[in-house]
Amino acid sequence: MASEAPRRAMQTGRVRSDGAHDGFLRHNNFQWLKVGASVSLAAILAYLLIDVQPRPNGGSWYGYVLGTAGAGLIVWLTLLGLRKRVMTPGAWSLKAWTSAHVYLGLSLIVIATLHTGFQFGWNVHTLAYVLMMFVILSGIFGVSAYATLPRAMSANRDEMTEAQMLESLRAIDRQLHDAAQPLELRQAELVRSSLEQDPFGGSLWQRLSGNYPDCETRAAQAAVRTENAYKPKLGNDPLEKIDGLLARKEAMLARVRRHLRLKALLEIWLYVHVPLTFALLAALFAHIISVFFYW
Amino acid sequence: MQWGVGTLSQPLRIAIVGSGPAGLSAASRAAKLGLSHILLEKTDHLSDTIFKYQKGKHVMATPSQLVLRSDVDFAAGKRESVLDTWDIQTEANKVNVRRNAEIKAISGKKGDFTLELTNGDVVKAENVILAIGTQGNPNMLRCPGFDLPHIQYQLDDPGEYIDEHISVIGGGDAGIENALGLAADPEQRNTVTIVNRGPEFSTAKDANVKALLAAQEAGRIIVRANTTPSNVEPGFITFDTADGEVRVKCDRIIARMGSAPPRKFVESCGVEFASEDRVSYPKLTPTFETTSPGIFVIGALAGYPLIKHCMNQGHDVVEFINGNTDLKPADEPILEAKFRDLPGKRSVDEWLEFLRSNIVILNDISPLQMREFMLDSEARAYRKGETIFVRNDPGSSLFGIASGSVLVQVDPADPNITVQIETGLIVGEVGLISGRRRGATVIAAEDSICVEVSRSAALKLQSSVPAAKRAIERISTERQLLQMFGSGLKSEDLKEVLDGYEILTISAGKPIITEGEEGDDIYVIRQGSMVVEKAVGGKPVFLNYLPAGSYVGEMALIAGGLRTATVRAAIKSEVIKLQGPAFRKLLAAKPQLLDKLQKDMASRQDINAFIEARKDSFSGVVDMYSNVANFLVENGIGEATDVLLIDENLCVGCDNCEKACADSHDGLSRLDREAGRTYAHLHVPTSCRHCEHPHCMADCPPNAIHRGPDGEVFIDDTCIGCGNCQRNCPYKVIRMDSVPPKKPGLLSWLLFGKGPGPGEPSKAWSYANKDPAEEKPKKAIKCDMCSGLEGGPACVRACPTGAAIRVAPEQFLTVARLEREDR
Repeated sequence: MASEAPRRAMQTGRVRSDGAHDGFLRHNNFQWLKVGASVSLAAILAYLLIDVQPRPNGGSWYGYVLGTAGAGLIVWLTLLGLRKRVMTPGAWSLKAWTSAHVYLGLSLIVIATLHTGFQFGWNVHTLAYVLMMFVILSGIFGVSAYATLPRAMSANRDEMTEAQMLESLRAIDRQLHDAAQPLELRQAELVRSSLEQDPFGGSLWQRLSGNYPDCETRAAQAAVRTENAYKPKLGNDPLEKIDGLLARKEAMLARVRRHLRLKALLEIWLYVHVPLTFALLAALFAHIISVFFYW
Repeated sequence: MQWGVGTLSQPLRIAIVGSGPAGLSAASRAAKLGLSHILLEKTDHLSDTIFKYQKGKHVMATPSQLVLRSDVDFAAGKRESVLDTWDIQTEANKVNVRRNAEIKAISGKKGDFTLELTNGDVVKAENVILAIGTQGNPNMLRCPGFDLPHIQYQLDDPGEYIDEHISVIGGGDAGIENALGLAADPEQRNTVTIVNRGPEFSTAKDANVKALLAAQEAGRIIVRANTTPSNVEPGFITFDTADGEVRVKCDRIIARMGSAPPRKFVESCGVEFASEDRVSYPKLTPTFETTSPGIFVIGALAGYPLIKHCMNQGHDVVEFINGNTDLKPADEPILEAKFRDLPGKRSVDEWLEFLRSNIVILNDISPLQMREFMLDSEARAYRKGETIFVRNDPGSSLFGIASGSVLVQVDPADPNITVQIETGLIVGEVGLISGRRRGATVIAAEDSICVEVSRSAALKLQSSVPAAKRAIERISTERQLLQMFGSGLKSEDLKEVLDGYEILTISAGKPIITEGEEGDDIYVIRQGSMVVEKAVGGKPVFLNYLPAGSYVGEMALIAGGLRTATVRAAIKSEVIKLQGPAFRKLLAAKPQLLDKLQKDMASRQDINAFIEARKDSFSGVVDMYSNVANFLVENGIGEATDVLLIDENLCVGCDNCEKACADSHDGLSRLDREAGRTYAHLHVPTSCRHCEHPHCMADCPPNAIHRGPDGEVFIDDTCIGCGNCQRNCPYKVIRMDSVPPKKPGLLSWLLFGKGPGPGEPSKAWSYANKDPAEEKPKKAIKCDMCSGLEGGPACVRACPTGAAIRVAPEQFLTVARLEREDR
C-alpha cells in the first residue's frame, strides 16, 4: 500500500495476527497432523521391521516402548481439560493444544494397537484398550460435530442471543395471555395448554433429535387455524390475533429448539468422552500395576 | 445571623446560584467569613445532580492527591452519606439557603446585580457566583396550560401512580423508560400514552424502542407519533396529530423533552465563552471572574467536573471576592511536585509563565487556563541525546519544546538522518490527531525542557484557544505531508502546496472522490479511514481500506484522465485537500517524489487489475469479500485499531473466551461473545475495538481512560463510576460492575466442587460470598487487550478451535485475504 501507516511492527514483543486464521484442524499448516502421521508411520515400520520373538507382545522391549509412549500420551491428552481452565499467562494457545490433542489422540489408535501385538482377551488389559478406543471414537464424533455444526448454529441464531430468543418467547407468551382474555373457554383452553407446557422439557432424545411430537403450541396452532380458516377475516376477531401469535411462537420455538439441539450435539459427546477417559485412566492404572505385579 | 434577600439600599455581597458542591462550598465560606449572601437552588433540595444519582451509588473523591479546602466535608462514600453531611454542615454553617428559587435573568453590573426569579421575586447582590453545572434545565412544554401543576419533568417512582391517565411527552430514552415503567404493572391500571414529535423514535436506544413497540402491541401503551401537545387543561390534554386535533383524558403529564445546556443563559448574563465549540467554557481570570465583572463562574460550568475541584473553587472564589488575592490555589502542591525535578530554581508561577511564553501554541491562554493545563500535562527535562519517544510507540500526547531543541529521526533505516525542531515548536502531534502510533523517534538535540500535553489537555486547549488550534493544524499538516511523502522534501518545498490546503470533515459514507468524475486534487486522510470501491459489472466492489495517514488521488494527477475509483469515508473522517496544480508543480520540482508516487500508483493499479481479473472468473468470491468488507466497515471497524472477530464456522459456543477473559481480569468478563452482528458467519462480538479516537475518552471527569503501550484503550483505577463512557460508547462494550469476591482455586472446584468454577461467577454467588465489611464501588469495565499479560489477549489464547482472532482493520481488509480464500 502506498503510504503504510507507521504501525506495522510492534515493539512491545506482542505477536499480532496478520488476519489469516486457521481452525484447529488446519493449525500451523497441519503441523500436528504431520507429527501424528509420522509417529504412527514410524511405529508401523518399526513393528514390521523388528522381529520380536516369540511373537509381537506388549511385554517385549518394543512393546514397552509403545506402551510407555501410549500411557504418556493418554495422561498428556487428559491434561487438555486442565489447560482449558487454567488461564495462566504465557504464549500458549488452546487451539494448538486442541490440534495436537486431536492428531496425537488419533495416532494412539496405531500406537496402542501395535502395543497389544493383536493379543486380546477377557482381561483388564483389553478392557483398557477397548475403553481407549471408545474414548477415541467419541472424540472423532466430537471433531466431526465441531467441524460441521457451528455453521448451522450461526445461521440458525441469526444474530440473536439465546437470552434474546427466550425473552422473545416470553414476550409472545405475555401477548398470548392478554389476547386470550376475550376468548370463549374452549379456545382459551387451547392457548392455556400452549402457555403452560414447558416447551423444552422432554427426553434427551427429543433434545438431540429436535422432534417434539407432544408440542402443545403446534396442536393449539393447528386447532385455531382450522377454526379460523373458514371464518371471514374481519380484522377484529381475537382468534385471528391468537392465530398469528401462535404461528410466531411456533416459529420461534422451532428456532430455539434447533439452537438447543445443535448446542446439545456439540456437548453431548463430552459426556461420553470425559467419563470414559477417567474409566480408561483407572483401567490403564490397573493394567500397568498388574503387568508389573505378575512380571 | 440571618441574611435577607438584599434590598435596593442594602444589596447582598454575594449571590450564589446553584447548590452543587461548588455553590455549597462557596456559600459556606461566605457564611464563615460573615459576608452577606444567599444560596439559590432551583429544586427543593441541595445538590440536585448528586441527589439524582441512583440510591446507594458510591461517590468517589478523585484526584486523591488534591487536598480539600472547604468548610464542608467531603470523602468518598455512599450518595446518602455525602448528601447528609452536606445538609447538616450547610445548616451548621448557617448558610442562607433559598430553595425552589430558579433564576430567570441576571441584570446590572458589579456592585448592583438584580437576579430575577421565576416566581417574580428579586434578589439584589454586589457579586454573583454561577455554579449551575452543565446539566441545564429540562425543556418545558410551550403550549397553553404549560404552567399547570399536573405537569412534571421527572418521574422518581413509577409505582406511585394508580388508576391514572398519564401522557408522557417525548420519545427519547427517558420518555420511553418512564412510559414503560408506568405501564409495567397492569395492577396499577394506568392508561399510558407516549407522544413523539417525529414519526420514529430515532434518538432512543434500540432495546427501548423494541420494548415500547411490544408494549404497544400488547395494548399496554398508546403510542402517538407525529404528534405534539397543543393545549393542556385540568383533566384533559389536546394533541395536534397528523389527522387533526384530538382531546383526550389526562390526569398527569410527564414531559421528557431533553434539556437545554446552560450556555445560553450564561451568555445572556453578559458572559463570553472562549469559542463557538460545543465543549467550550466561559473566559475566566485567575480569580474565576468572567468577562462581565462581578460575575464569577466555578465548577463544572467552568470546566472542572470533579467534586473536589468544585469545592475548592467555591472556597477560593469567595476568598477572592473578599479581597484575599494572595491565596494560592489548592493545586499548588501538585504543580510544585511537577516542577520539582526541573533544572533551575523557579516558583510555580515563574515556571508557568516560562512555559506559557516560550511555547508558541500556549502564548494566547490565560494564566488560569495555564494552571489547569499544566495539571493535565507534564514538564520534563531531557539531557542531550535522551529519547523523548520511539517510532511505533503508541501515544496520543503532544510535546511542546520550552527550551532547547529536538531531533526527529525521519528515516527508520538510518537514525542519522534527522530534522531539527527548535524551541517553541511542537512534536508528536501526529499521534494526537490520527490516534495512531508514533511515526518517528525523537531525541533531544541538546539539554531541553519539554511539556508533554495529554490528549485531553490538548483537545481542551484547541477548543478554548482558536489560535492554538490553527497553529497545531498547520504544523501537523506540514509534518504529515513531509513524513508521508519523504523523498527528501523540506518544509520550504511544501509552502505553495500548504497555502492552498483545506481541512474537510467528511461524514460517514460520503465520497471524496467519485469514479468517473474529473479532478486532480490529492487527499490526505488526517483522521478516520476511507474505503476505495470500484464499480464492476454495476456493483461496487471493495478494493482497499485506507487508514489515517494515507493519501489518495494520485492516479488522476499523474496519469491524467478521470477518477478510476470511488473513495468514501468509512466513518466520520477529516481529510486534507491539496490543490492539484500546486501539487503538480511540486512533482515537477521533485523527481524523487514523482518516482515514489508512481511506484505507489503501480501497486494500487495491480490491486485493481487483480480484482478485476478475479471478478471475471470468481465473481462470487469477490462479491463475498466485498460484502464482508462493507459489513465490517458498517460495524465500526473503520475506526477500530484492534478488534475481536469470531469465525462462526469454527465457534462451538463454549464461551471459553468469556471465561478466560473473566479469569484474567478480577473475575469480570469484558466481552459478550454471543451478542453482536454477524455476516457470512463472521461475527463481531460485543467487545472493545480500541477506536482511533475513543468515544469513551470524550467525557471522563477524572480523565481515567488512556491509550496504553500496546495500543489498548484502558480505564485506570481513578475511575469514579459515573458511567459517562458507557453512555458514550456507540458499541456498548463498557459495563459498570463491582469486582466479585475471590473464588476458591481451580483444583478445589475440580475435586471438591467448591466455588463457581472458571469464568465470571454468577451474581447470586458473588452476593452470597461477598465480604460485608468491604464496599466495592461499581466501576467501568472494558477490554484492555490483556495488556501486561505475556502471550497476549486471553480470549484468543483460550479459544479451543481458533474461531476467535484479533485483527487490525488494515491487515484484515486486504486483498491478501481474497487471495487466501481463493486457494
